[in-house]
Amino acid sequence: MTLSWKTGGILLGMVFLAAVLLVKPIGVSTQFVIADGIIADAINPDFITQTDEGYTSTNAYMAKSGGKYAKSASNPLNYSFVFVLAMMAGAAISSYLRGGVKGGEKTMPNIWRENFGDSALKRFAVSFAGGFIIVFGARLAGGCTSGHMMSGLMQTSISGYMFTLGAFGAGIPVAMMLYKKSEG
Amino acid sequence: MTTIILAIVIGGAFGVVLDRIGATNPKLTIKMLALTNLHLMKTILLAIGVAAVAMFAGQMAGLVDVGHMSVKSAYLGVFIGGLLLGTGWAVTGYCPGTGLSAAAAGRKDALFFIAGGLLGAAAYMVSYSWVKSTGILADMFGGKATVAAVPGTDYPSVFAGLPGDIVGIVLGLGFIAIAFALPNKFVGSGHARGTAVPAE
Repeated sequence: MTLSWKTGGILLGMVFLAAVLLVKPIGVSTQFVIADGIIADAINPDFITQTDEGYTSTNAYMAKSGGKYAKSASNPLNYSFVFVLAMMAGAAISSYLRGGVKGGEKTMPNIWRENFGDSALKRFAVSFAGGFIIVFGARLAGGCTSGHMMSGLMQTSISGYMFTLGAFGAGIPVAMMLYKKSEG
Repeated sequence: MTTIILAIVIGGAFGVVLDRIGATNPKLTIKMLALTNLHLMKTILLAIGVAAVAMFAGQMAGLVDVGHMSVKSAYLGVFIGGLLLGTGWAVTGYCPGTGLSAAAAGRKDALFFIAGGLLGAAAYMVSYSWVKSTGILADMFGGKATVAAVPGTDYPSVFAGLPGDIVGIVLGLGFIAIAFALPNKFVGSGHARGTAVPAE
């Protein structure tokens, strides 16, 4: 059963509050870069190198801000990366306890099937392309729905408002155009 | 070690809550953006409001360390990146956090989302120097700016004369008020979507 918006909203707010209270605001999308860094460094050990001052990388983005991303990729057992792994574990346990995602819903959500048919290949290809544009956009923006929208708006960040305006400004018309049938 | 335990506890709680509010199901995200079911929008707005009021009130009472705030820079790319993310968000029903959680919850299409996301991150890493050269990463509003000046921080602000903590509480209450004011569904919004059919 999905929680009511009141219960769910308060719980979600408490999680974001606890994060700021105890550590720092929640963010997710940076960890896609860290994961790439771990993979790239495993393939090519010269990708990330340790210097006297810390870490650096042959990639300008990994090396920026004093090599903080390079450092995180070299030490995957850091707060932000473990946070994201724990988030996935939490979602997996919660889903399992609810009985899991069932049947055709595992391949694609019903609302997609109603609007675009039953082809798994089509849904997978669009999910891949969507993932590409979403994480590229999130990195360009410097954060995603968690970091900019939730954590940003709660802190009265101007960047949070800019991001939210962009995300809903594009998301609402696109969803209205694409999903004409949405009873499912 | 403490920070790793906190990562496991807070991250785990975040994943559980994302799943329980329905955010791991792309349907609710898509319906929120298509404005046919605002359950998730009300949830998010309430969460932001509750967190904002509690955090700023806690700061004023001296219970919350203002040093844990971390404001991100404002620049044109934030808005452009938001447009890109919003487009993909509407098409797939996933954002980075909910996509990873949905895959963990057992959705196969979300695995493709993750693969695309890893490639998208790599594409940004490769094109970063060029993106930077276009100037869209240059700070606006003084960079890490807040709406009003938050006491105890050096963040620049748009309304420097106003107290940032009180403004934060007022805005937080505003988000809560909007959460309550929004209808669950926009019935008869001009799009024949059969909104009279009850959910589930």
